[in-house]
Amino acid sequence: MQIYLPIAEVSVNAFLLLGLGGIVGLLSGLFGVGGGFLITPLLFFIGIPPTVAVATGANQVVASSVSGVLAQFKRKAVDVPMGIVLLIGGLIGSAAGIWVFNILTRLGQIDLAVQLSYVVFLGSIGLLMLQESLRAMRRAKTGAKPGKRHQHLWVHKLPLKLKFRASGLYISVIPPALVGMAVGVLAAIMGVGGGFIMVPAMIYLLGMPTKVVIGTSLFQILFVSAFTTLMHAITNQSVDVMLALLLIVGGVIGAQIGSQLGGRLKAEQLRSLLALLVLLVALKLGFDLLIRPAELYSLHPGRAG
Amino acid sequence: MIGAAIRTALAALMLAAPAAAQEAPAPPEEVVAGLSQDNIGITARFDGSTILIYGAVKRDAPEPPGHLGVIVTLEGPSGAVTIRHKTREMGIWVNTSAVGVASAPSYYAVATSAPLAEILDPAQDVIQRISIPLALRSFAGPLEVADARPFTEAMLRIREAEGLYQLDEGAVHLVEDTLFRADFTLPANLTEGDYKTRIFLTRDGQIVDQHRTAIYVRRVGLERWLYVLSQNYAAIYGLMSLALAVIAGWAAAEAFKFLRR
Repeated sequence: MQIYLPIAEVSVNAFLLLGLGGIVGLLSGLFGVGGGFLITPLLFFIGIPPTVAVATGANQVVASSVSGVLAQFKRKAVDVPMGIVLLIGGLIGSAAGIWVFNILTRLGQIDLAVQLSYVVFLGSIGLLMLQESLRAMRRAKTGAKPGKRHQHLWVHKLPLKLKFRASGLYISVIPPALVGMAVGVLAAIMGVGGGFIMVPAMIYLLGMPTKVVIGTSLFQILFVSAFTTLMHAITNQSVDVMLALLLIVGGVIGAQIGSQLGGRLKAEQLRSLLALLVLLVALKLGFDLLIRPAELYSLHPGRAG
Repeated sequence: MIGAAIRTALAALMLAAPAAAQEAPAPPEEVVAGLSQDNIGITARFDGSTILIYGAVKRDAPEPPGHLGVIVTLEGPSGAVTIRHKTREMGIWVNTSAVGVASAPSYYAVATSAPLAEILDPAQDVIQRISIPLALRSFAGPLEVADARPFTEAMLRIREAEGLYQLDEGAVHLVEDTLFRADFTLPANLTEGDYKTRIFLTRDGQIVDQHRTAIYVRRVGLERWLYVLSQNYAAIYGLMSLALAVIAGWAAAEAFKFLRR
C-alpha cells in the first residue's frame, strides 16, 4: 500500500515503514537502546530526504522514550535533579545544534554533514561494541573477571557542587551539563536520543549508580527530543507526522516483542550481531559518499542565502 | 467520461458561435476549449493525478488545406530554484558550486497531436516559446556562474526525469480534425496555484489560432491539510506531532501491558 508523505514529498510503501519501525523497535527492545541511531540512516536508504529523516527521527524518539520514562518513574529510578541539570545542558546543546543545522541547510551541506556524522558515530560505536562483546565472550570462556573501572578524579575538583541524593553523589554541575549539551547537539543534528553516548558517560565519567542511569537518561532524552522536534518543525518545517506515526506504531510493537525475546536469547552473541549491523550501516553510508553519484546536480527550492 | 467531455465541448461550441460571429474578421479556424473544471482539487495520490483539457476546432468555411496540428501546454506556478553541483573533494562527493534561478515553472508539459517538428515551425516556436528549452529560457534570470548552461541543462534533465517537465508527442487525440483532448499527468508533490494553459492550432507549422486560460489547481485531503499546517502554523503542527508521538507511545505500551495480563 503506497502512501504519500506530505512533508518528505515522496511516496513509500506503508508496510515498509511499519516493518522498518518494527525491526528497529525489536532491536531496541532486545538491547535496551533507543534505536534512533538506526532508524534515521535506514530512512536515508529508502529515499527520505536527510533533513526530514533527522527531524522525524527526533519525533519518533519522543514516542519510544515516553513509556520508558513512566515505567522508570514508577520504579523511582529517575534522579530528577540530575535529570534537570542534564536537560538544561541538553536544551542549550539542541538549540545550538538546530542553529548549525539551519546554517548548513542554507549552505547546501546538511545532507553531507548528517551522513558524515553518522559514518563517524556508527563506525566508532560499532567497533567499540564489537570489541566489547568479543572481550565478553572470551571472558565467559576463560572465566576471568572484568578489570576495575577507573575513576576520573578531576571531575570532583570542579566548582558549583550539588548534592544528587538518588545517585548518592556530591559533584559539580558542570560535567553533567556538558554531557547533556553534547547529547543535545547530537539530537538536533542526527535525530537520535543520544542514550548510547549519555549512558556510558553517566557511569564512567559522572560515576552514577547503574540503577538510576537508564531512567535519568530517558528523562533527559524525552524532553530534549521533544524540544528538538518542535524546533525542527518551527525553523525548517521538516517533521513528517505521517512518517513518524507509521514508524512509531511499528516501533512500539517491535519493542514489546523484542523485550519479550530478549530474556530468552544469549546476550553476548546478540550484542556482537548488533555491532555488526551498526558497522554495516556505517559502511553503506560511507560507501555512498565515496562512489560517484548518478546525478551530480541537485535542485533545491528557494534561493541560496 | 470522454463522451461527457465532448458533449460539454459541443455545448460550449454552440454558445460561442453567435459571439464569435459578431467579431469582424473571424479567422478561418478557431479553438474552442473546455476544461474539466477551472478549479481543480487534487487528492495527492502516490502516483500523481491527471487533468483533462479538451476542445473543438470551429470553422465557418470548409476545412482549408494543409496539415492540422494541435499543441496544448500546461505551466505550473514558478518559483526560485538553487541548482547545486557536486565535485569530488578529498575522496568524497561534496556540493561545491551553486547557481540560483530566480524563477522557473514548477511544472511544464507540452502535449501535441503529432511530432512537434512536423506541426510547429521553429520560428513560431521561438516567438511563442512552446518547446521545453525555449519555454524555460525566458525564466532564467541573471546567473552567478560564468557558464551556467550545465546547471540549467541539469535542471531540465532532473525535472524531466521526475515528470515535472514533459513533452508528450501524440498525447493530443484529434478526432476528425475537429475534436481534441489531452490528458496531463501531475506529480504527487505538485505546487498549488494557477496553471496557465495554452492551446495552439497550426496549419503546416504556422499558428492559425491560440487560446489561453488558467486553471487553479490545489491539493485536497489530509496530506494537504498537514502540509499547509506545517508551513503556516509550524508551532501548532510541531505540538500536534509531539502530542501524537506521546499518545501513540504511551497507548501502545499500555495496550501491550493489558494484553500480557
